[in-house]
Amino acid sequence: MYEKIFAKYEPTKDNLIYILHDIQDEHPQHYLSEDAVQRVSEYLNVPVNHIYGVITFYTMYSTKPRGNNIIRLCESPPCYLKGSDNIYKKLKTVLGVKAGETTADGLFTLEFCACLGVCGNAPVMMINDDVYGNLTEESVVTIIEKIRGGK
Amino acid sequence: MKYYRSHVLIGISDAALQAGVKEFETALRNELAKKNLQDEINILETGPLGFFGKGICLTVYPENIQYTDVKIEDIAELVESHFLKGRPVKRLLFEEALKGQVNFNYANRIVLKNSGIIDPENIEEYIGAGGYEALEKALLKMQPNDVIAEVKKSGLRGRGGAGFPTGLKWSFTAPIDADQKYIVINADEGEPGTFKDRLIMEGDPHILLEGIALAAYAVGATKAIIYIRGEYKLCIERLRKAIAQAVEYGILGDKIFGTEFSLAIDIKVGAGAYVCGEETALIESLEGNRGNPRWKPPFPGVKGVWQKPTVVNNVETIANVPFIIRNGADAFLQHGPAKSSGTKVYTLMGDIARPGLCEVDMGTSLRTIINEFGGGMKKGIKFKAALVGGAAGVFLPDRMLDVNMDFESLKEYAAVLGSGAVLVMNENTDIVDMLWSVLRFFRHESCGKCSPCKLGTALLYDLISKIKKGEGTMADLDQMVMVAEMMQQTSFCALGQSPIMPIKSALDNFRYEFEARLNK
Ligand SMILES: Cc1cc2nc3c(=O)[nH]c(=O)nc-3n(C[C@H](O)[C@H](O)[C@H](O)COP(=O)(O)O)c2cc1C
Ligand code: FES
Repeated sequence: MYEKIFAKYEPTKDNLIYILHDIQDEHPQHYLSEDAVQRVSEYLNVPVNHIYGVITFYTMYSTKPRGNNIIRLCESPPCYLKGSDNIYKKLKTVLGVKAGETTADGLFTLEFCACLGVCGNAPVMMINDDVYGNLTEESVVTIIEKIRGGK
Repeated sequence: MKYYRSHVLIGISDAALQAGVKEFETALRNELAKKNLQDEINILETGPLGFFGKGICLTVYPENIQYTDVKIEDIAELVESHFLKGRPVKRLLFEEALKGQVNFNYANRIVLKNSGIIDPENIEEYIGAGGYEALEKALLKMQPNDVIAEVKKSGLRGRGGAGFPTGLKWSFTAPIDADQKYIVINADEGEPGTFKDRLIMEGDPHILLEGIALAAYAVGATKAIIYIRGEYKLCIERLRKAIAQAVEYGILGDKIFGTEFSLAIDIKVGAGAYVCGEETALIESLEGNRGNPRWKPPFPGVKGVWQKPTVVNNVETIANVPFIIRNGADAFLQHGPAKSSGTKVYTLMGDIARPGLCEVDMGTSLRTIINEFGGGMKKGIKFKAALVGGAAGVFLPDRMLDVNMDFESLKEYAAVLGSGAVLVMNENTDIVDMLWSVLRFFRHESCGKCSPCKLGTALLYDLISKIKKGEGTMADLDQMVMVAEMMQQTSFCALGQSPIMPIKSALDNFRYEFEARLNK
């Protein structure tokens, strides 16, 4: 996997962010392992500590294994006004986990995020690359059930 | 060319994709074919149509009829009634839902003039609408300095928040002798409530590319980078296609229009950090670092990406440039007041009848924007406040709604135009709660480089949480203001300088709500 991704990018530091994106996207558990960081460090000739500095700075990266489906619920003011905290409560009960945790079956990780730029349809969440808007306490259940059924 | 009786524009937005717009389109084509209408009715995919129904939205030309929330089950009726018999389906009409309160303001648009009208994935439609004429004019008939002079004369100011005069910014970079200069487009759009840049890029990617080419020619840059947030998948895809098409047509790349001017445009994707919208943090991020802001000066215009002179501009700012060059600065000055010329794109959301976007002349009052373009309040509820400009914005009560939205008038109210986000709140909204949500945002997004912001945002969050729980005292309110003022004076970048805006406006205009929550 690493070779295939590295082949797309010159070994220069400015490609670090994209290489990390690609590796994380390829991994079924959407995270950056120690091994991955080591390999990137060697390829780019950039110290491991610089890479960890970058990983921990940006919210889209994780150093912990996560679920196959990453739920990112927007908690910014426009979504908050439209009841994102009720959606969060519902998600907590349906999934049985809090923000930052992964379900026991490894299917979902629940996270908060800042404004996704889809506020016209608030409240909003993203599951992997898909945006779900105009959420209601009923619709989130349907969305989760659908993914559970289709795994 | 075929002659079509009607064109059906299908708005492809994230919401529409989620509602299954692709299956819908196939079903619509099948139904039209079944009725043998496929050569009379043309179906086109376009960007978001500028109004947000829940799901799939259509515009039909030349009738100019908007349908919203159309489902696959409605197709048979739609085709039978509208396309066969010429009778629009009333119950699906957009106007019907809002009793004709909507003004799309198409005639007055500059930045969004093509959005929702042309197919954004087809360069020929952009060219057909007069696109790339400005670039041709500039390259063949104008010197780079003429372009800068025209932009200066137009009075265009940055739409990314700070309102810095664009022509002036370019004039710092243009005379510098360097082996490489860059144009960087700030498409990070992280200010909560802002999605105008997304809609510009989804609806009309070529207007951005043409603006970039003009800016690059003006300052002597041969490389441009669009820094775009990772969540904007559809924008990224459309921009990639648009760049490829422009290169294919010889509009981008080497020796454009046979001149000596060459330009390569690259797309770089961010990784989720509000502070990366700050121009120097953005540059750090582009170089593969943590997105901590840099000390200014030197400004990016002198030393930016890889220490080379770099012009950083917002998407909307640049999307104005083709109009200015094509029609002249005087045409641009027809819009808005003298010191804030042009139009502004607003994103409207919250308890408003029609969440979405509008483009209106600078200086239009907030009341007009909300009532005329946002359809007013949702049925049966009353207005209480608007949070204008995002998290780094201000809470405005009803009596301040007549303020004209332009850089100068807002200054008098100690408010800022910011990113153009307008979040409308109803009479039952708890302002303490809303401020809590704003301060939670800042606490999360502080980059941690400087102490005033790192410690200050955490302290502000603790104070507002205490007040929200009903445990706060008068001293806590005072301390909130004091901390935020201290941050304004001492923070390294504008992130830490911002929380004072929402705090002060919330307390000035809604102090009674805070006092009622105190533990007396
Ligand atoms: C914390 C912070 C976030 C910002 N976010 C954005 C943004 O998302 N988009 C943007 O264009 N400008 C943003 N800015 C403003 C930029 O620093 C810069 O002023 C702007 O990109 C310049 O372009 P303009 O002159 O065309 O407005 C932000 C500034 C700060 C301090
Ligand atoms: S505030 Fe949630 S998407 Fe913008």
